[in-house]
Amino acid sequence: MPTDRSDEFVVFDSVQKSYDGEILVVKDLNLSMPKGEFLTMLGPSGSGKTTCLMMLAGFETATHGDIRLDGKPINNIPPHKRGIGMVFQNYALFPHMTIGENLGFPLEVRGMGKSEREAKITRALGMVQMEDFVNRRPAQLSGGQQQRVALARALVFEPELVLMDEPLGALDKQLREHMQFEITRLAHDLGITTVYVTHDQTEALTMSDRVAVFNDGRIQQLAPPEDLYERPENSFVAQFIGENNKLDGVVETINGEHCTVRLDDGTLVDAQPVNVSQAGERTRVSIRPERVESNPERLHPDAHLIDAEVLEFIYMGDTFRTRLRVAGNQDFVMKYRNAQDQPRYQKGDKIRIGWRPEDCRALDA
Amino acid sequence: MALPTYATPLQRTWYYGFRVICGLIFFFLMFPIAVIVPLSFNAQNYFTFTPEMLALDPEGYSLHHYVDFFTNPDWQHAMWNSLSIAPMATLVSVSLGTLAAVGLSQSHVPFKRVIMAVLISPMIVPLIISAAGMYFFFSTIGLQGTYWGVVLAHAILGIPFVIITVTATLVGFDNSLTRAAASMGAGPVRTFFKVQLPLILPGVISGALFAFITSFDEVVVVIFVGSAGQQTLPWQMFTGLREQISPTILAVATLMVGLSILLLATLEILRRRNERLRGMSPG
Repeated sequence: MPTDRSDEFVVFDSVQKSYDGEILVVKDLNLSMPKGEFLTMLGPSGSGKTTCLMMLAGFETATHGDIRLDGKPINNIPPHKRGIGMVFQNYALFPHMTIGENLGFPLEVRGMGKSEREAKITRALGMVQMEDFVNRRPAQLSGGQQQRVALARALVFEPELVLMDEPLGALDKQLREHMQFEITRLAHDLGITTVYVTHDQTEALTMSDRVAVFNDGRIQQLAPPEDLYERPENSFVAQFIGENNKLDGVVETINGEHCTVRLDDGTLVDAQPVNVSQAGERTRVSIRPERVESNPERLHPDAHLIDAEVLEFIYMGDTFRTRLRVAGNQDFVMKYRNAQDQPRYQKGDKIRIGWRPEDCRALDA
Repeated sequence: MALPTYATPLQRTWYYGFRVICGLIFFFLMFPIAVIVPLSFNAQNYFTFTPEMLALDPEGYSLHHYVDFFTNPDWQHAMWNSLSIAPMATLVSVSLGTLAAVGLSQSHVPFKRVIMAVLISPMIVPLIISAAGMYFFFSTIGLQGTYWGVVLAHAILGIPFVIITVTATLVGFDNSLTRAAASMGAGPVRTFFKVQLPLILPGVISGALFAFITSFDEVVVVIFVGSAGQQTLPWQMFTGLREQISPTILAVATLMVGLSILLLATLEILRRRNERLRGMSPG
């Protein structure tokens, strides 16, 4: 059913993709994006995120299901008629054309006159502060400059939807952070809908309105960055986004928003039930390193405390990072701010740690 | 590569021996070609150096044979045949060869190697076999002894060169460029002519030069497939050698050597330009 509801600008409807007819690279994908949203597809390589982007661009065909753009199914529309802007990982600037000619290409295709073209080229290059380079060739520009030109070229013909396939992958860290900011600013200023693919979670968290975490051909969680980090819905997301401590055990008691989990070595911990519903279920509890508390005074008097042994104490400038042995797990990390009143530990110190139940999520085992 | 001070006597011997061998090979390759150039200016109707020539007497030299070439109707006929067959054969080879190379570079084409091997085979199969095969086949379909028959036959011989050179340039071609063009609204035909062709042009042109030289120098196939109306320069030289030993052949040979050198130089310039472009292309 074609609709023109503005919150369904891009729709994936039960989309499946298989290259060989047997293995599904994308399994039953459902996604709907409102106009103007910046959505990131995040996931490890081989998770199907790039395939989804390519299906949207038209370079791959969906084996099953519908992809709709602004209410119209686009499965049978060839890529060059979709009017979707795209930024490629290696920029894909035409080496035999000047920057101006590169930007003029999509306008020429649309039969636009010379003066109108030039005005648009100047405006688009102005958006990325590259006006002075209009007569250069791509090879004469640095990676960051090429990246800006590629961005301008994808925007110059004013598409409503822009796709970006790991566009910052080849840049160094500082430039990448700067470009992240610039891309989000442009996307919001121009009100374009953006689908951004990356495997860099920092990029995903800092740039997006919503992030779709892909794994194994499925969206594991689709949520705003804060939810994704604070309230992961399953072990994969908890583990993939940010640093995470995981402990395996069995649910002992469950009471609304609170449960206790008996870890495999017999320790009892507090948690918030997410993917568990009854006592006796196996679970994996997940807790962020910065939410681990070593000062019992800051916790609820009834909180369960756990014995831990310091294996490593790392000074990181603004933070301290302590690797602990907790309930048999040797990679349990506790992170806290560097402040006068914070303790500094030695290797071998025995301490007691705990956490607020709402910071510890009992997820699928 | 200078000889290091610690070289053993054997290494020294080899060091100089190697240079002598290289010099000899070069001499045997070049001398027969080089010697025809002065001979073509012979004032006499001989294939040998006359005493006047050896004495460097200006009387011993003349442009007589060149004048003969440009005035003799037989030679002129042959030259115009060559000049009308070779460019057309080149055009056909380049169009078909480039299309084949671009097609074979797509990842989804099945039996790529087999198709490639078949297309390249005219280069490997002995010429006389191709020639005989084409003679019988072209006779059946009425192309034997026609202009287009010779053009097609020469195009078939030229296609492998075009495929090889264009495939080589396509190896460095970034397929995301064609995708980028599509995302900007360009259809496949525009994408080919505006994006892909300009970037593989050096390969296309080198292929074209090879195809041209192949057709221009070819004698076996044209004798089988052509008739008197399609007598080309090499064919005329061949008959000339057998029937009427005239040093005009030497003048023609010199001109053809000159043309080949010109084409090879063009090729080399293009190759360098190509390398420069490659070095400049991103990623």
